[in-house]
Amino acid sequence: MTANPDSDDILSTAAAWVAQGEQVAIATVTETWGSSPRPAGSQLAVTKSGRMAGSVSGGCIEGAVAEIAMKTIETGTPQLMDFGITDERAWEVGLACGGKLKVFVEKLS
Amino acid sequence: MTPETLKALTEARAAKRPIVVATKLPSGEQLLLPDPAAPAELAAAATKALDRDESGTHVIGNETWFLHAYNPPLRLIIVGAVHIAQALVPMAAHLGLAVIVVDPRRSFATEERFPNVTVSSEWPDDAMDELKPDVRTAVVTLTHDPKLDDPALDRALKSPAFYIGALGSRRTHARRVARLKELGHTDEAIARIKGPVGLDLGAITAPEIAVSILAEFVAARRNGALAPKQPEKQAA
Repeated sequence: MTANPDSDDILSTAAAWVAQGEQVAIATVTETWGSSPRPAGSQLAVTKSGRMAGSVSGGCIEGAVAEIAMKTIETGTPQLMDFGITDERAWEVGLACGGKLKVFVEKLS
Repeated sequence: MTPETLKALTEARAAKRPIVVATKLPSGEQLLLPDPAAPAELAAAATKALDRDESGTHVIGNETWFLHAYNPPLRLIIVGAVHIAQALVPMAAHLGLAVIVVDPRRSFATEERFPNVTVSSEWPDDAMDELKPDVRTAVVTLTHDPKLDDPALDRALKSPAFYIGALGSRRTHARRVARLKELGHTDEAIARIKGPVGLDLGAITAPEIAVSILAEFVAARRNGALAPKQPEKQAA
């Protein structure tokens, strides 16, 4: 097929945004424990202008990850974040499934 | 990710080359694999990640690496440019599959009926010899015509295709099994064919049948546990 609308292909979406001149950070699940809803490799792309594609959880921590992504876009420094039962902040942002995961956030430059 | 890495990654994916992005954690230093200059242990882990189609974090020596495996899309070869194929193609594309429709009957395999799809007008055996189904390929025959379905199934059974399905009733399938045996295929080999294709959803319309086929395809891909198909439907 000429078009391959792979709904999970967040990197292509992010690359297209970069090509449009957007400032983009991409968050990737690198490790999960327990009942995390999305497997390692799941991605969320965020632009400085507020566009979002993909997911790293069932919607529980996307807001927090987007905030971190904004910082990463500003500073250019990648971040490795822990979310889950041992992290109080994760409860604040509502990872109610009881899962635990690591998310790596980097800027696409 | 640097522009160079993103460009190389995008090019590899466009060329349908399997590729792994290795990210050292937490620093974010990245390299793309395969790369002859990469450390042996990292290269081996990357090969395994592609084989298993599984991304994950690996501790190698005293370093932590996240290996993101990007395999080319799974392929779905549909034999028969029939009505059900018209429903199946867009749904399969939505699952991210690379779809190829094979039908030598040119009145069926038209651009108007199958826009934006790779269509082959070769005979199914020739088309299959060219397409070389691999472990990331699924084959579904939809023509009901032994002249078209049988050669495709014969080639599919000789390949490592991970999903083979054939449309047709249980009775049609029994006759098909007999013919494939005459071609020299064993019962064990023929058991790879899902016939009748698809989960038993009671599907009637073309889109419903397409859903049942793709549901079974997903279960095959993900090793999902399925109840065995009912041998006989009870009369209503």
